[in-house]
Amino acid sequence: MKPTGVSVAPVLVFGWGNPSRGDDALGPMFVEQLSALLGEAQLSGIDCLTDFQLQVEHALDLVGRERVLFVDASQGLEAPFAVTALRASRDASFTTHAMSPEAVMQVFAQLHGREAPPCTLLAIRGERFELGEPCSRAAEANLAQALAWSRRWLAENAATTSLRTTA
Amino acid sequence: MSFDLETAAAPKGLRRVAIDPVSRVEGHGKVTLLLDEHNRVHQARLHIVEFRGFEKFIEGRPYWEVPVMVQRLCGICPVSHHLASSKAFDRVVGAMPVTASADKIRRLMHYGQVMQSNALHFFHLSSPDLLFGFDSEANRRNIVGVAESHPDIARKGVLLRKYGQEVIRATAGKRVHGTGSVPGGVNKHVSADDHALLKADVAQMLVYAQDAVGIAKQLHAQNPALYDHFGAFPSNMMSLVRRDGAMELYDGVLRVRDAAGKTLLDGADDQSYLDLIEEEVRPWTYMKFPYLKHLGPHAGWYRVGPLARVQNCDFIDTPLAEAERREFIDWGRGQPVHATLAYHWARMIEVVHTIEVIAQLLDDPDILAGELVAGDPARAQRHAGGEREGVGVIEAPRGTLIHHYRVGDDDLVTMCNLIVSTTHNNQAMNEAVRSVARQYFDGREITEGLLNHIEVAIRAYDPCLSCATHALGQMPLDVVLVNAQGTRVDHVLRSQRGDVQRTLSA
Repeated sequence: MKPTGVSVAPVLVFGWGNPSRGDDALGPMFVEQLSALLGEAQLSGIDCLTDFQLQVEHALDLVGRERVLFVDASQGLEAPFAVTALRASRDASFTTHAMSPEAVMQVFAQLHGREAPPCTLLAIRGERFELGEPCSRAAEANLAQALAWSRRWLAENAATTSLRTTA
Repeated sequence: MSFDLETAAAPKGLRRVAIDPVSRVEGHGKVTLLLDEHNRVHQARLHIVEFRGFEKFIEGRPYWEVPVMVQRLCGICPVSHHLASSKAFDRVVGAMPVTASADKIRRLMHYGQVMQSNALHFFHLSSPDLLFGFDSEANRRNIVGVAESHPDIARKGVLLRKYGQEVIRATAGKRVHGTGSVPGGVNKHVSADDHALLKADVAQMLVYAQDAVGIAKQLHAQNPALYDHFGAFPSNMMSLVRRDGAMELYDGVLRVRDAAGKTLLDGADDQSYLDLIEEEVRPWTYMKFPYLKHLGPHAGWYRVGPLARVQNCDFIDTPLAEAERREFIDWGRGQPVHATLAYHWARMIEVVHTIEVIAQLLDDPDILAGELVAGDPARAQRHAGGEREGVGVIEAPRGTLIHHYRVGDDDLVTMCNLIVSTTHNNQAMNEAVRSVARQYFDGREITEGLLNHIEVAIRAYDPCLSCATHALGQMPLDVVLVNAQGTRVDHVLRSQRGDVQRTLSA
């Protein structure tokens, strides 16, 4: 099912987290700031989505994509952010109310009988996750670096997908 | 107040096995069994990390922000909080009732939410237990395992979930952080495009739901010894019902029936919930234990959710779900069904009902046009102290959800009290743990398969133990072993990725 009149962009940027839990907001903030940075014209080949957490139906958001960038806050990172090419796998999580992106890819593969599109995880270092806290200054600095990286990533992928952007 | 087995006579010197958290249950629930040297269960407790501090987070905010803010309570059922909060603030702005369009658009949103949440639970969180058996290996009992072995069931579950999300998007404005419901009504109609999209698929969704209730029934018919008795215990049951006794999920009066099905309380105004319910604090857990005041904590605890709703109502006013309800009631042979696993069957009856209601609402022109907002400050409901006040009660997917607010003259919230569905079921889930512990653990060695029986019992309640944060790298599994001398002898942390780190404390 797809909303009427909405086409599928070749690139999906999907950030998740709870905006009211301090640095857990990094995923949605990333998507919001990337949208603002790129502007409407440059976003023509990019869908930007956010949610609280990943769930089974998000496997359907991968349909028709050529590249997917998952963005989440991360604890325990040494660098301000980390980039990982993802491979579909069984969900080892014990809380599938919140699935891992690899498990979402696996669900896609099982439902559609083919591999999910190439997916990349952008993990941004966060430090404080308490209810009602704003995003920390350190996390905001990490977010700025991650955004700079993402513009390069989008430019590189413009060369290899049907995405056309001057990002 | 303590219950049998909840508090061991001499906790010191018992061995403790903690499983944290329960598989596929949101957040960090921990089951603790205190064992003696013969591995006999002396104590069984379910510890739940509940929302703490959220009421304070809301207090001091302008009331009109709250229906959006409360969605951040929980990533599992944000729409239920959105609507319960809106209903409470209808009273604050004097919108009693809201307009026909607002009522129907909110109902559509709510029934979409209940449908997709119930479908997710059955198809993806519980069906692994039901399809593979309780003792199957843990890594098979998850959604990916279901998709591999039963691709059709997994696909139906995903599509039902997706349909519900589209209903939410069409009514709330967005899939997440919707703003559609506001104090006094809603801020938009359903668009013609969204209406066409939802109409096109609703018949197919009803077929999927009927398939699902068929599976649930079949499980009971095939193995009644297990399904009718696993984790079964008598209890009171509470839910909203419509004034005429019909099943009602969005707005109604409170009804309580006892374990024999006798009505204890009926037609109670939701605004007076504080006259009916009290919450008990116990020292070993943060989550409170609600009970009916007039019966006291020992006899007054109750269950909420699908099992209560299907049996508390006199009828369901949609034909397919009503036929299923009658079959369910007949299964009890004149007695209420108290089987914990019957929650799944009841939950699927509700999915049929919610889709029938969605189909009716999609045929109603009021969702496409009409007045959206009502309100008259002179009619605002007021607390004895003079402040504006409202209570919003709704049947969320997991059961009765209560939001209660007071608002000062400056429009800021001065008091917020929330009782979430999982809290109502706190005693019931502890009873389920005890029931299973008695049957499967007392006098036996602990195995992963046996531990899973406890998880299956808890999971039937679909508890929302949300910590609402999930950053990568968190450690969702924490197992502690304490020997008979009270010394911690093992400690295992398992990351969300499945990495295991074992530490021995000094």
